[in-house]
Amino acid sequence: MDPSFSILPLLGSVLGAAAPLILIAEGETICEKSGVINLSLDGSVLLAAMSAFVAAQQSNSLIVGFLAGGFTGMLTGLVIVLFSIHLRLAQVAVGFALSLMCRDLAYFLGNPYSRTQGPQMLAFQLPFTDRLSPELATLFHQPLIVYFALLLVLLLWWFFSFTRTGLIVKAVGENPAAAFARGINPLLVRVAAVLTGSFLVGLGGAAFSLCIKPGWGRPQGAEGIGWIGLALVIFGGWNPVRVFVGSLLFAFLQVSGISLQNIFPAIPAQVFQTAPFPLMIFALVFMHYSGKKPAEKSGKSFSSGTFLRLIFSGRSPQALGENYRQD
Amino acid sequence: MKKIVLDIALGILIVFLMTSLLLFLASAPIGATLSNIWQGSFGSKAKFAQVLAVWVPLTLCSCGLLFTFRANLWNIGIEGQIMIGAVCATWALRPATPEQPLLFLCGAVIGAMLGGAGWGLLAGLLKTKGGVHEIFGGLGLNLVAQGLILWLIFGPWKRPGIASMSGTELLPRQLWLPTFDGFRVTPLGLFVTFLAITLTWLILTHSRFGLRLRAIGKNPTGALLFGLVPERSYLAAVIIGGSLAGLAGCLQVIGVYHRLIPAISSGYGYLALLLVMLSGYRVFPVPLLALFFAGLNVGAIQLPIVLQLDSALSGVIQGGSVLAALFVIGIHKARPRWASFLPGIKER
Repeated sequence: MDPSFSILPLLGSVLGAAAPLILIAEGETICEKSGVINLSLDGSVLLAAMSAFVAAQQSNSLIVGFLAGGFTGMLTGLVIVLFSIHLRLAQVAVGFALSLMCRDLAYFLGNPYSRTQGPQMLAFQLPFTDRLSPELATLFHQPLIVYFALLLVLLLWWFFSFTRTGLIVKAVGENPAAAFARGINPLLVRVAAVLTGSFLVGLGGAAFSLCIKPGWGRPQGAEGIGWIGLALVIFGGWNPVRVFVGSLLFAFLQVSGISLQNIFPAIPAQVFQTAPFPLMIFALVFMHYSGKKPAEKSGKSFSSGTFLRLIFSGRSPQALGENYRQD
Repeated sequence: MKKIVLDIALGILIVFLMTSLLLFLASAPIGATLSNIWQGSFGSKAKFAQVLAVWVPLTLCSCGLLFTFRANLWNIGIEGQIMIGAVCATWALRPATPEQPLLFLCGAVIGAMLGGAGWGLLAGLLKTKGGVHEIFGGLGLNLVAQGLILWLIFGPWKRPGIASMSGTELLPRQLWLPTFDGFRVTPLGLFVTFLAITLTWLILTHSRFGLRLRAIGKNPTGALLFGLVPERSYLAAVIIGGSLAGLAGCLQVIGVYHRLIPAISSGYGYLALLLVMLSGYRVFPVPLLALFFAGLNVGAIQLPIVLQLDSALSGVIQGGSVLAALFVIGIHKARPRWASFLPGIKER
């Protein structure tokens, strides 16, 4: 191995690559915790990326860009609210159609801005970290959005573990009728969760076009990320911290694909670029088997099965995907 | 009956208003754009033949999806099933000698259908045995199929000298399906598609198997109590769906492109999913809607050149149509007969 190889710069680039994915997957986690699946991620991420880029370019302001991305995401969330929560249509059907439509909408509306110059969020050294050893310092040389994503993970962990509002969101996701009996309005909670979640998804899209893969074009480079975000929520067992770990894992696969490409030049680059996607999805099979109760086996108290369950176990909110009808 | 006509009119009106608003936002001439799409799809015989060439794979995939939707399965993996069909067909034709084209073509068709069915079966097994929801299993398999095609085109099957995105070496002329002079559609493909529609209709509405699929799709637990095994029917549905998609992929190779290209599936699988949703999961609207969707696809091809608009407009109209239809259904929730056709996600 290269003697100059070090884990810290790798971790730094993984964090950078993971930031938009963290935003997207955590946004979807909020949504699904309340019992609503927003299957439109793949399209809404692209649409948000496009509008963020265009807004930032026209206003020459990154903040306007990120806000535009967030509100575009929220707009797709609003469609989910209207169709799935208000009209009680099948969430998967609505989400899938919306996903394909938003993707094409992004290509159509973004066409005039394709391959043009725009502002970009640059990495900067976090204050006081430049005194650390040079290797450690590279870890803190990140764009602002990375720190935002990390803070968000902490915030969500705290929100779902320790706050009453977090408990209410979970209650609605588990059993909306029971929550209603306790004086909670499940529909209102779901609307709030979907809008907040899709705002974060939009921010994730903006993070692509303004920071990680700057610029707009067809293809942008964020294609397929939305589906990974959806898979990550399952992979993380609807737990914000584990969703975060899953995002890091996916980013690691992507980053290491680039180095593997140098080691195996005979294999076309596209294979390495696409390989992390199916890998991530097939990791869900793991989830399934580790989630099962272990066979009635006495003896070792800590088998590999228990270990896997510890990492992978997770249960979907009971009312996930079911529309609630309030009579 | 009158109500349905009204609903359809309402849906069309919503789609039209949405499209106009979109074109207005993009500061494009509304009338010129729409007439351009019309001229580019149904304006001439040659264009119409092009539309039919898209209609064939689209309708075949939709027929396959009707089976899986009937069992309440979201067979997103259909895109990969088309690709694997195309790969198998190309593989069967590689050693072909021009002396016996018919033998090899039959082999290609059978191989493609088996390949597509196998790929569908994989997605089905991931669901029944692996506990992965068919949407994610299917997506994963689509990506694997796409990777396989790229690897083949840039690796073992690359053209002598240069490997490029333009695909593998062209097949010898003898292995091309016959077409009318100057037109892009093969009569054989049209015939096969008509056959597929008829068979799909017969099986879904007039056979025990079709009834079983419907029972399981509507209520898997109840079906289990009646001695039906949902898993087995799920697998049967994805095998049928996969083989039809594989056939579509095969026809793309031997009838349209005459080689394997990276974008051999052209997104027709995803488009077919939209189409079947729009049809209300019934057979008889499928061929008509496929004509509409194919017309949009072909008609939008020249938009970038003539009006500097992105051809993705067709996709926006297609997706918008489905959302509009869902909207109309949604506001008529009082009509459970329609709503009950909508498959939902119950478990992951």
